[in-house]
Amino acid sequence: MSELFYNAVPNTTRVAPPLPEPRQYPSEKPARVYLFGTCVVDLFYPEAGMDAIHLLEREGIRVEYPQEQSCCGQPAYTSGYTEQARQVARSQLALFAGDFPVVVPSGSCAGMIREHYADLFKDEPATLQQVQALAARTYELAEFLLNVCKVQFKDSGEPVKVALHTSCSARREMNTHLHGRALLAQLGNVERVEHNHESECCGFGGTFSVRMPDISGAMVADKTRALKESGAHQVLSADCGCLMNINGALEKQRETLRGLHLASFLWQRTGGGQ
Amino acid sequence: MSAPTLIPTVEVQDDFRTRAHKALGDAQLRNNFRSAMDSLMTKRAVAFSDAHEREHLRALGNAIRARALSKLPDLLEQLEQNLTRNGVKVHWAETVDEANDLVLSIIRAHEARQVIKGKSMVSEEMEMNHVLAEQGIECLESDMGEFIVQLDHEKPSHIIMPAIHKNAGQVASLFHDKLGVEYTKDVDQLIQIGRKVLRQKFFEADIGVSGVNFAVAETGTLLLVENEGNGRMSTTVPPVHIAVTGIEKVVENLRDVVPLLSLLTRSALGQPITTYVNMISGPRKAHELDGPQEVHLVLLDNGRSQAFADSELRQTLNCIRCGACMNHCPVYTRIGGHAYGEVYPGPIGKIITPHMVGLAKVPDHPSASSLCGACGEVCPVKIPIPSLLRRLREENVKAPDSPNQVMRGQGSKYSRKERFIWNAWARLNSSPALYRLFGFFATRLRNLTPSNIGPWTQNHSAPKPAARSLHDLARAHQGKQGDQ
Repeated sequence: MSELFYNAVPNTTRVAPPLPEPRQYPSEKPARVYLFGTCVVDLFYPEAGMDAIHLLEREGIRVEYPQEQSCCGQPAYTSGYTEQARQVARSQLALFAGDFPVVVPSGSCAGMIREHYADLFKDEPATLQQVQALAARTYELAEFLLNVCKVQFKDSGEPVKVALHTSCSARREMNTHLHGRALLAQLGNVERVEHNHESECCGFGGTFSVRMPDISGAMVADKTRALKESGAHQVLSADCGCLMNINGALEKQRETLRGLHLASFLWQRTGGGQ
Repeated sequence: MSAPTLIPTVEVQDDFRTRAHKALGDAQLRNNFRSAMDSLMTKRAVAFSDAHEREHLRALGNAIRARALSKLPDLLEQLEQNLTRNGVKVHWAETVDEANDLVLSIIRAHEARQVIKGKSMVSEEMEMNHVLAEQGIECLESDMGEFIVQLDHEKPSHIIMPAIHKNAGQVASLFHDKLGVEYTKDVDQLIQIGRKVLRQKFFEADIGVSGVNFAVAETGTLLLVENEGNGRMSTTVPPVHIAVTGIEKVVENLRDVVPLLSLLTRSALGQPITTYVNMISGPRKAHELDGPQEVHLVLLDNGRSQAFADSELRQTLNCIRCGACMNHCPVYTRIGGHAYGEVYPGPIGKIITPHMVGLAKVPDHPSASSLCGACGEVCPVKIPIPSLLRRLREENVKAPDSPNQVMRGQGSKYSRKERFIWNAWARLNSSPALYRLFGFFATRLRNLTPSNIGPWTQNHSAPKPAARSLHDLARAHQGKQGDQ
């Protein structure tokens, strides 16, 4: 961007600059991958992490789970505590050094590594190179299953209606909503219903939900209402921040509807755990 | 039927959180905004039905604005030269006070009593209505939305549609009360009533004031878009025209205007083009039959050069004021424009206001976002609004005495306690031993999780950690696999 500002040649912008290319995927499934579990999955949705491992292993992929991993650094980064975020991000880098894919069962965390690590290390050329390589082999789980594993699911469940909520950053940074929809479309007995203002934020936004509880609360109230009115029996999401927000609100409202991680749903519908 | 004169603007009450809280409880207000924003989002989507074309145009818009800003000082100089050659008097103002003094001196030179104003957000920055009213000069808004909010002693709640917070019924009551006309909810009739009042005022006014959408350096042209014709009336009927604008509105040449104009009108109201596109390049010439005898341009800084000085924050100045970011913002949709308490509401307001008034005056603005990215996605000139909000959060929590002073009022949210917590968080998450210990206690003591954990439990039940962490489960799983 700074190049555009300072080195712009007069009248070079009569024609629009080329748009970024869509992401290219490897043609072969890798023999092994890392799983970056993320801190929220680790402590609040560990079964979603395990179901992600099962789904990957069923594809014949060995899953490495580095025990020293913790968090991607996103909470501090979005709160403006950049130095603290960098410290945490740096501690993760060495854990995922092998040259094979890193799969993340949480869209916003995958987006953090893919889109924002480069900003964190922009002043450290050597580390920057390392994080750019990491970003290039980091995938959100649904994206990886669909585009790298090229899974073909066979649905073994009863007919069910589901609503899919996608984390905003995952939607905008990685098209996760399209990947989730494509995977669900493979399941014959699963009907995906749209909900009102589907692309709108659920109100989580990390620390936003506790810094601005009134506004965040109004957003999650509207989101949960839309999900209830959609007629879905089950809410699905590939992001545990959103799930924690939506499920916590539904529970407080004493509703029976709940959100489930997409990985768990996919595993259960396709014969997992039997 | 006549318009009241000398209308003061009201002072903003409370802090951001209190105003937001009140707005969230106002069902009528929320309904007005939700339905208006839904309709605007649909209009924009229809106007940009070809996503490929839209993305190319946005990339072009961004490049044009970036190029103009990359040579801003030169372009401003060129603009002044060419405007002066065209007979326009150019004035420079660093602060809103200076801008108001300049306007007042022009008014005094003409012994003017009545001013009619086309829509201008820069004049809102200056609080021109208020300042002129204090000097006994009537300054009447002629844009229908601005006229409505002025009549109700309010400020605009949206940069394109100032009275969007009101529905037809509320406008009907207002006109009935303030203008003494018969109550009608018929929108066409309401517009006719407004037009009648304003028509007379156009002819009486000594001075017309307007904003500027694009100031073209190469030709010395002031471009002004509008839909009601009031902009053309304000800039051609009164004998003197004063245009006020921000220094960032300059573009290099007329060719640059074409894509920007298309982006602006489609992003704002989903229009292929506005009803009126005014191109003002000087006062009435000897052989011309109409137009003002004098044209002035006041170029206002008001904090823009602070944003300009930082290569990242400079992108704020790409803005062409279409309002698409607020139309698509889930926070703006719920709290409306007045809750922000400043001239520019919504996402663009959150990133530009701190430069105008200092971060300390709007400490909560950068935090009032879930960083969902809807604003950045629709911005016609690709301002990375979420990234800039994050950057402002960083400036906001910096130690106030930190050596790197980028912004006025930075460090307004600095808290030693919060910094201590984030330092501890960073240590926990970068030390595997500490993290393991934390995970151990969080899962084993899960039943001790308090049921009331501050703001979170205002909207949610308390979260309870799982009985075993993924670290535990994955280790056990890998052990099992190793055995096989």
